[in-house]
Amino acid sequence: MNILNRMQLDFQSRSVNEAFARVSVAAFVSQLDPTLEELADIKTIVSEAVTNSIVHGYARSNGCVHITVSIYENRKIRVSVRDKGVGIPDIKKAMEACYTTGSDDRAGMGFTIMQTFSDKLKVRSSPGKGTTVTMEKVLCPRS
Amino acid sequence: MLNGDIDHHSSEEIRRRTDELIGRYMPSRLTLDFSQVSFCDSSGIAVVLGRYKIMKANGGTVELTGVNHQISRIFELSGIWNLVDQKEADYK
Repeated sequence: MNILNRMQLDFQSRSVNEAFARVSVAAFVSQLDPTLEELADIKTIVSEAVTNSIVHGYARSNGCVHITVSIYENRKIRVSVRDKGVGIPDIKKAMEACYTTGSDDRAGMGFTIMQTFSDKLKVRSSPGKGTTVTMEKVLCPRS
Repeated sequence: MLNGDIDHHSSEEIRRRTDELIGRYMPSRLTLDFSQVSFCDSSGIAVVLGRYKIMKANGGTVELTGVNHQISRIFELSGIWNLVDQKEADYK
């Protein structure tokens, strides 16, 4: 499928950048005139993926979070959030609802929300080599 | 009343302020007003669940008010409505 447009964003793994990330992706996707609910979904899944990179990927260090957003034909978007952090030793376990390696201030719902609010979720990770979360969403047709 | 975005970055301060108020006033019912919240991710779930645990330990309850449709969808995924009550906002 042809890529119609693409953007890339790199930022430091600081929590203050979480809002910047979701607003930037939302701004880029706005060219497709998404519904308010679609925009909210996209902001939410970006926020979850970026937070995972910052909280878990770079729990013991600082690093860079990379986001790529691609717009395809038929109103499909693909969002990829990549880090070079600690990686996930057991992806299946990490994706269980309410599972978290974080403290009590984490709900462990990040992957569940990403799965629910996107049409496709793929997670690639290796311990010590970082994690890439890729989400796809097809927006509703617009007249 | 909560306002703005509730995400990982802002949730620490929200927890701190709310716990301070709980400790000071020891309410039997904690009402969290989401009507001025523009965005909430799973960090908001953790904030509510954490306050629920504190209130329950003190024999109290938690209710949420002013929760919009998007935030409600996120809360439903967590089963939070089995633990806390939802109330309509008292004002428009």
